Amino acid sequence: MDSTAPSTMPRGAPIPNTRDHDNKGRDTTVLEIRNLSTEFVTKRGAFRAVDDVSLELHAGKTLCVVGESGSGKSVMSRSILQIVDPPGRVAAGQVLLHRHRTARDAGIEDTVDLLQLSPTSKAIRNLRGRDIAMIFQEPMSSLSPVHRIGDQVGEAIRLHERVSKKEMRERTLELLRKVEIPNPGKAIDQFPFEFSGGMRQRAMIAMALACNPTVLIADEPTTALDVTIQAEILDLIRSIQDESDMAVLFITHDMGVVAEIADEIAVMRYGKVVETGDVYDIFEAPQHPYTQRLLNSVKELDQPSERRLAMRQARPVGAPCLVSDGVTKVFGAGKNWRGREARGLLAVDRADLELRKGENLGIVGESGSGKTTLGRCLQRVYDVTAGHVLYTAEDGRELDLAPMTENQLAGPWRDIRTVFQDPFSSLNPRMTIGQIIAEPLVVAGKLTAPEIRDRVFELLELVGLPDTAYMRYPHAFSGGQRQRVSIARAIAPNPRIIIADEATSALDVSLRTQILDLLLDLQERLDLSFILISHDIAVIRYFCDRIAVMYRGRIVEAGDTEEVCRNPAHDYTRSLLSAVPVADPRMRGQKQRVRYTETT
Amino acid sequence: MFAVSLIAFALITAPPGDYLTSFAATLAQSGDVVDEARLDALRERYGFDQPFIVQYFRWIGGVLQGDFGISFEWQQPVGQLIWERMALSVTLALATLMFTWALALPIGIYSAVRKYSIGDYVATTIGFIGLATPNFLFALVLMYVAVVYFGSDVSGLFSEGYQDAPWSWAKFGDLLSHIWIPVIILGTSATASLVRIMRANLLDELYRPYVTTARAKGLSEWRLILKYPVRIAINPFISTIGWAFPQLISGAVITAFVLSLPTSGPLMLQALLAQDMYLAGAFILLLCCLSIVGMLVSDILLALIDPRIRFQ
Repeated sequence: MDSTAPSTMPRGAPIPNTRDHDNKGRDTTVLEIRNLSTEFVTKRGAFRAVDDVSLELHAGKTLCVVGESGSGKSVMSRSILQIVDPPGRVAAGQVLLHRHRTARDAGIEDTVDLLQLSPTSKAIRNLRGRDIAMIFQEPMSSLSPVHRIGDQVGEAIRLHERVSKKEMRERTLELLRKVEIPNPGKAIDQFPFEFSGGMRQRAMIAMALACNPTVLIADEPTTALDVTIQAEILDLIRSIQDESDMAVLFITHDMGVVAEIADEIAVMRYGKVVETGDVYDIFEAPQHPYTQRLLNSVKELDQPSERRLAMRQARPVGAPCLVSDGVTKVFGAGKNWRGREARGLLAVDRADLELRKGENLGIVGESGSGKTTLGRCLQRVYDVTAGHVLYTAEDGRELDLAPMTENQLAGPWRDIRTVFQDPFSSLNPRMTIGQIIAEPLVVAGKLTAPEIRDRVFELLELVGLPDTAYMRYPHAFSGGQRQRVSIARAIAPNPRIIIADEATSALDVSLRTQILDLLLDLQERLDLSFILISHDIAVIRYFCDRIAVMYRGRIVEAGDTEEVCRNPAHDYTRSLLSAVPVADPRMRGQKQRVRYTETT
Repeated sequence: MFAVSLIAFALITAPPGDYLTSFAATLAQSGDVVDEARLDALRERYGFDQPFIVQYFRWIGGVLQGDFGISFEWQQPVGQLIWERMALSVTLALATLMFTWALALPIGIYSAVRKYSIGDYVATTIGFIGLATPNFLFALVLMYVAVVYFGSDVSGLFSEGYQDAPWSWAKFGDLLSHIWIPVIILGTSATASLVRIMRANLLDELYRPYVTTARAKGLSEWRLILKYPVRIAINPFISTIGWAFPQLISGAVITAFVLSLPTSGPLMLQALLAQDMYLAGAFILLLCCLSIVGMLVSDILLALIDPRIRFQ
């Protein structure tokens, strides 16, 4: 792009631009980022998180910035408003806001270089939230827990416009209505923790829209949400954009979301923009090898792994080895201190499920559907309120795990192991990788110290980690490598069943297939059976032979993965599948979304 | 409350012997002949020969009617004896609490926001010195400074002329001119620890996403910090009320001795030494009640300030 632009430009100077014009021949570029660099200054020198990035945003258009974690996309978006947390600081570049090209301030030439303004100055504060507004990823933590929704939304109005309290309240109600929050009159006085994730994100959007911004920066706004809610939030952003001709800078790592909403794409890697272009061009003919790889790994997911199909040909699935027979789990039931009956929360409601030997079973559902609880009940980490968990041991005996005590469970617990979601918090940071992997072996107490050591090296090799990892600590490893360590720990005592609870959710797309392939590889070598719990249908489609769909504690549908994905029988499955964004921009608008409302 | 009163009574009757034993011992020491028959008569009059539970109900029955019994040592009703001292103690405790908050809150916020600045280091250093210095030593130093450099009268809470005078504005003014020394002494270590707590809590909150959200709205830096992270980091301040009350009343004994303050601390110590059970019992009971009230007040305030607690 324009790399010869001077890095210091007097504020308000006219900036020549003749590139993009709307159909009336008017230039629609509202925000221009030129050669932006942001550094994190540490004692060991400066690290460039954003390196010479140049982008353009056009009124009424959506620019998606795609990249994996650590690619600098978030820092880039925060640099625009100069709200990077220390020790980060903007090192060079320009961010030009062309205020005269927006509907509101049409006419007089008015261009501001945001980076020329001091981060604490009144001038930039006036632009924040009024001309450029932001939405953040975590709707749980991005709202203050101790202030009412109305206060937080209304504050954005009062900061930039002189309005009375009464007027502010009315405008806030109007905004809440606009983002489709049910019963705004009540919601305005509620606190964020009384809202669901989707509602909180709607409140965030309401806050961002408070002053009709020219530019909306959305930093992974749907990543923490369920797919059905994600689809609704994307629809909402779209419709607001159509109404107000707002330019949207949308940051995401999900190619499906990109295909759904982007007009233009910028792919970021290691702080640099490696490719920019029209959404159709990039999806059809990606130029940069990284973009090609990214798109390939997305396309690879969402269909059955060929490797798995071949493996099933060679070794057919055997008899059921772990059966859930009417498993029910109620939390917090019983009598409270006044002797009153507490009803408790029904997390799993009469779940019938069977895992066959050598098979991969997927459990899919939204957050709160009880899929994790079911997984823990099957392993009998949780007590089961009712029902049986029938486990066929290696010697062919059938055991009911449900009524067993902890001592009796020691054996089955060695056979049924778990891999957790977050590779960052599920490894003790004060233990070496060797100690972490050896722990289940030490607990079992069957091997001598040198034997354990040899076994750990063997396991490291199995999961594809170097021997040098033995003495190192988890912080020295990336997310994908840590997940390999978790897997090594899980397979250490030669288990027969592995329950992988969202084992790939915290990883980047290109790593997901790698980890899933590793699991398949281990399945072939060690004769394992897997239960994969996930909210991501693509992952399940790739990895699992059969699928069970959970909704509010009940298994609403179960069957062969492809069968269920192609011809869903239950209405909920249909709505879930229709909400999953397809990584193909040509499919946009063609798919009919089904909403599921439970009839009780 | 009932459990507290029972425990308080059990505690004061727990040591072997009673007031009369130590009374007899004192008499014997000074060479008087102890008349066993007289002691027995006294013992019967005070009900010391009764079983524990009967004694307890007699005592608690009196307390409920506002009669704390009569101090053996002072030969005065306990209520009268305690009342003024308790009032002064509470005044002192409240003043110290105010002082602590007034100082710790701004310093804590400043240290967190300007982390690793010179101001932060100065506050931290002074804070650690404040934490490490024993109160009585600090009291002696401050008294010396006050007498030598300011020439003020430092012992007690009142000047001599006002000692027994009835309450008036002049006496109140006199109290104010005396109270600052014990307030500073008692408040320093609490201030220091609160500054540290505030700093640590605020540092945890300062880089939360909701702070970034507020910044992206265009809020100015100081208003932003005061409105959002401070609001959440302030919880431990409120919790201090609960423990600060009893601690200030009982923990300040040594300081009170050094400064010869007419507060409840020294009197309680004396009562315990002399096995003056009604006086000591009344103190322990009041202390326990104050802790409970303190906890209650802090819980209510917490619920007012933090809606998450209210709705659970």
